[in-house]
Amino acid sequence: MVTIYQGRAGLSRRELLKRGSAAGALLIISGTAVLSTGEAWGLESTALKPETVATLIQLARDIYPHDQVPDRFYAIAIKSHDELAGKDPAHKELIENGIADLDRKAGAGGYTGLGWEDQRVSILRQIEDTPFFQAIRGGLVVGLYNQKELWPIFGYEGESYSKGGYIARGFDDIEWL
Amino acid sequence: MPAPYGLNDDSVVVIIGSGAGGGTLGNELAQKGIDVVILEAGPRIEYDDFINDEWDSFGQLAWLDNRTTGGGWRVHKDFPNLPAWIVKAVGGTTTHWAGASLRFQEHEFKTLTNYGKVEGANLLDWPLTLTDLEPYYAKAEDKMGVTRTNDIEGLPGNNNFKVFKAGADKLGYKECHTGRMAINSADRDGRMGCQQTGFCFQGCKWGAKWSTLYTEIPKGEATGKLEVRPGSHVLKIEHDDSGKVTNVVYADKDGKMQSQKARIVCVAGNSIESPRLLLNSASAKFPDGLANSSGQVGRNYMRHTTGSVYAIFDKPVHFWRGTTMAGIVRDEARHDPSRGFVGGYELETLALGLPFMAAFLDPGGWGRSFTTALDHYDKMAGMWIVGEDMPQEQNAVKLHGEIKDKYGMPIPDVWFTDHPNDVAMRNHAYKQGMAMYDAVGATRTFPTPPYPSTHNLGTNRMSEKASDGVVNKWGQTHDIKNLFVSDGSQFTTGAAENPTLTIVTLAIRQADYIAEQMSAKSI
Ligand SMILES: Cc1cc2nc3c(=O)[nH]c(=O)nc-3n(C[C@H](O)[C@H](O)[C@H](O)COP(=O)(O)OP(=O)(O)OC[C@H]3O[C@@H](n4cnc5c(N)ncnc54)[C@H](O)[C@@H]3O)c2cc1C
Ligand code: SF4
Repeated sequence: MVTIYQGRAGLSRRELLKRGSAAGALLIISGTAVLSTGEAWGLESTALKPETVATLIQLARDIYPHDQVPDRFYAIAIKSHDELAGKDPAHKELIENGIADLDRKAGAGGYTGLGWEDQRVSILRQIEDTPFFQAIRGGLVVGLYNQKELWPIFGYEGESYSKGGYIARGFDDIEWL
Repeated sequence: MPAPYGLNDDSVVVIIGSGAGGGTLGNELAQKGIDVVILEAGPRIEYDDFINDEWDSFGQLAWLDNRTTGGGWRVHKDFPNLPAWIVKAVGGTTTHWAGASLRFQEHEFKTLTNYGKVEGANLLDWPLTLTDLEPYYAKAEDKMGVTRTNDIEGLPGNNNFKVFKAGADKLGYKECHTGRMAINSADRDGRMGCQQTGFCFQGCKWGAKWSTLYTEIPKGEATGKLEVRPGSHVLKIEHDDSGKVTNVVYADKDGKMQSQKARIVCVAGNSIESPRLLLNSASAKFPDGLANSSGQVGRNYMRHTTGSVYAIFDKPVHFWRGTTMAGIVRDEARHDPSRGFVGGYELETLALGLPFMAAFLDPGGWGRSFTTALDHYDKMAGMWIVGEDMPQEQNAVKLHGEIKDKYGMPIPDVWFTDHPNDVAMRNHAYKQGMAMYDAVGATRTFPTPPYPSTHNLGTNRMSEKASDGVVNKWGQTHDIKNLFVSDGSQFTTGAAENPTLTIVTLAIRQADYIAEQMSAKSI
């Protein structure tokens, strides 16, 4: 059974499915997994609710929005919270409560139901000093930007020793000055 | 052949720490035929094993034992358990350092005289002058292979430098070049030239950059007079009834307690661990800690007035390619109070990889204002500000009241608040740096706050009078004749220049003094 993630309570599965396929599916929840049909990846949640994981992915993007970066990098970046939640009930509570609070503040459609980034960010500004927000943001600094596969998107070339450094590979190739 | 010395051998000089100060002192003494044991808390990792990856390298080499911070500085909020970036490994922070090697200016040895009394600052003249140090500076520059000294050519300018230089020219700065760097511009001293890999802060995998790990230490070991014992974390220095130090207690690599006897003990653990060790060595005879009759141990903690300026251009720069810090403007290093502050600062090129840029550009920052900066990472240029900060008594390394390390010793608690002079200087430097980039067409600039301290200074300061400081002009403690301080914690004031050349210079000079005193049998 596949449901399309909308983050909105009160809609039947059938209705969700219908809407989702019409919208060209974003994140789908199937059992305990969050699936991305567009990007062809899935993230199995083990401790957190799959809806929570899906919201975390949106939250991660709202904190560090890079439009050229696909969802899977954000999914990898927040995965550690699911793992930690499995070992530490206090962490699980922190995350579940934090997401529930976001949904509450967002009103009827929940956090992901808010269509504009600005609307979501204005809620985040209210909670940016909370331990929940700081745990998510702090984890992302390394969790997101330390993914080697992400670096080429920003042009960063990473390790260079094995290629003999840049002495013959453009350390001084600037031309526009 | 490294010489293994017995734990009960009380003829050895024991040096605590193998970085710029300790590693240099160890080699210098060994060259004179003196028996030396260096106890180093960290492991020995040779340069082949360094990692071209910012976080992995940090995990491999940095000092990660718990520390706390307090005071008004932003580092306290952004990095509450990481007041400083220091290395815990053989070679100390000379594995991660960038290599900028500048002599102090003459007036910087006499700040109280030249700047006058500055309210809230604990300024003091050094008990020595530039003339005293000049012959030793020359030796240090030769030893370290500093470019633009000893007929060593400067490094070639990388992309980041070219942008920096174009801006400096537009602003009319006169002294701008690729720096005096302890990085080989060509083969020298059995080490190869810089390959422009761009990972100076992660340890140079080519050995082109000077580090005690692969220069001083193996040279000392080759004399048969130096033993380096990695994984040896010193917890306490002990003394006899007469007040002379006799031995040090350390946890060995298996965590077992050992005691090494010593004729002389030299503390070179960098400016957080050195005062911590003296304070943790308190005894019935010295209840406030060793060498602390002045009450100055741990005080006057300095970290340089720093900050960075990054800029985005409309075309690529690729600033991470090549040497991390080979570029300098020295025009603002003068003392010119008409700018609204005493002392001066240097501007030096700096590049960070994407992972560190994300962590340090605006710690705690988020949202599009932050991410659109990183979106143009490949079009960024960057520089670092390093200026003289004011020594203040209340800026201090203290022992934590409650938290202890795994050996049961109180951890260090590092307090720092900017002096108004520091703030005025930083703001001036931000403006100048941003103007440099604006002059070459920057579309956006970022005045970036200080990182965890890479320059840690002043916590066992040098003074003429025993009541004003901890050590005399030889780094010998005023209170205990056979106890020395051999790192940057000796600095009376910080000057505008990066500190390591001066640390090495003082260590070479101290070695001469120790050898002299030993042969005169006065210690
Ligand atoms: C990223 C970076 C870039 C830098 N760039 C420059 C630059 O361009 N120019 C410049 O001049 N300076 C630079 N520095 C600063 C420079 O590295 C330090 O000033 C210098 O290494 C300090 O020398 P030290 O001997 O005081 O201490 P360190 O070199 O830090 O050595 C101290 C050693 O003591 C050991 N130790 C500490 N406590 C104990 C104990 N209790 N028992 C046993 N061992 C102990 C430590 O593990 C360490 O190995 C940079 C630093 C960093 C982090
Ligand atoms: S840029 Fe040069 S000095 Fe720096 S790490 Fe690479 S080879 Fe070594």
